[in-house]
Amino acid sequence: MNEHPAPKRKASDYKSEVKPVWCPGCGDYHVLLSLTRMLAASGTPPEQVAVISGIGCSSRIPAYTNCYGFHGVHGRSLALAAGLKVARPDLTVLVMSGDGDGFSIGGNHFLHACRRNIDITYVVMDNQVYGMTKGQPSPTTDPEWDSALAPGGTGIRPFQPLVIALASGANFVARAFSGQPNETARIIHEAVMHPGFSFVQVMSPCVTFRPEQAAWKDAVHPAPVEATDDPARAARRIMTDDGFNIGVLYRGDRPVFDPHSGAEPVPLSALERSFAL
Amino acid sequence: MTDDRKDAAALAAGIETVPELLAHALRIEEDAEERYLALADQMETHHNAAIARLFRWFAGHEAEHAREIRERMAGMALPEIKPWDFHWGDAESPESVDFTAVRYTMDTRAALGLALEAEARALAFFQRIVEVARDPEMRRWAEEFAAEEAEHVRLVRAEIAKLPPDDGQAVERAEDPDPPNEPL
Repeated sequence: MNEHPAPKRKASDYKSEVKPVWCPGCGDYHVLLSLTRMLAASGTPPEQVAVISGIGCSSRIPAYTNCYGFHGVHGRSLALAAGLKVARPDLTVLVMSGDGDGFSIGGNHFLHACRRNIDITYVVMDNQVYGMTKGQPSPTTDPEWDSALAPGGTGIRPFQPLVIALASGANFVARAFSGQPNETARIIHEAVMHPGFSFVQVMSPCVTFRPEQAAWKDAVHPAPVEATDDPARAARRIMTDDGFNIGVLYRGDRPVFDPHSGAEPVPLSALERSFAL
Repeated sequence: MTDDRKDAAALAAGIETVPELLAHALRIEEDAEERYLALADQMETHHNAAIARLFRWFAGHEAEHAREIRERMAGMALPEIKPWDFHWGDAESPESVDFTAVRYTMDTRAALGLALEAEARALAFFQRIVEVARDPEMRRWAEEFAAEEAEHVRLVRAEIAKLPPDDGQAVERAEDPDPPNEPL
């Protein structure tokens, strides 16, 4: 994303006429606010931004912006975004997802998007539950979460998205909290500006199915150390923190995937001839 | 040093000139208007028309306050400040109602309670500026803003006083007959 100093834009310039249908109290309202504030601060024209999503409460977000958007197939937002960015490298491509869409149905795409290191920003609104389908445990749900749809809890170790992103090669890793929209906007802005695949886990409470997540507001705190460029050190920190450290945790410098590097483009007719029997 | 004093010191370090103070004052009103409009939309979407009207009424007032500030600062150039570089001493501007504090079943008393908290936070913000301002002109502006916020606090309290006495049944009335945690 390039900074666009003029004309001055407001956050409301990036909102569509469609009213969100999230539950009042949902953390995703704050994420929408962060997103529009970030875009307004950068000055990027709405037509230079594409917001791509999959399925789930969080994935409704493209409809609520007036940027270009694609509400795609469940778990496949990263594949769509990768294709778009390769074809249109001039666009700022933001991928907005949830913990179910991003880490379960789309888990495989997550790994390989990190590896590939295309210059896109992946924001996952993590509420540790499938809210749209009435409260099933998701990959990041605590094993002890006892609910009507998972009596006694799942007993399954939660997915660790930040460490998995690091191990898979993501070039920027951060954690944010939706209840701090200005700080979240700052972190997403930094993620967008950082070259390569940037991953931001936004803790976004679900007040309907996980009302106890209201306590996150008092649990989060700034990460006590500066971001590192050493993935091993970042991984160790993340694996040993309390899960509530907020901030940029890792900034890498891996080369960004460039589909146009290497061989000269081959004309279509030459390709056709190479497949002729 | 108490926590309040630490906040005041942080504010003093970040807001040192009249244009910086006005930029913060204007952003307080703009953020509050934006937030009330969003809350009104949420309540309309979830068929709580009475509270939607109330939030929209507050949004109108915040827009009017923003317009007044713009008029009073006519000709003064304000600094460009990114959202994350304002000095609120908190995660958000003080008069923004917390999105996570609302519920679609909320009643007038609860909505006015949130508005009162927001106005009180704005009052405390300007009072802290008054305490720490070194520039007399900046202190004068902050005193004016604090006086206005104090009046808003008084008005919201008066509206709450007009409500029927709290019968302690608000939580029961807010009960959802189709609670989301019950599987079909």
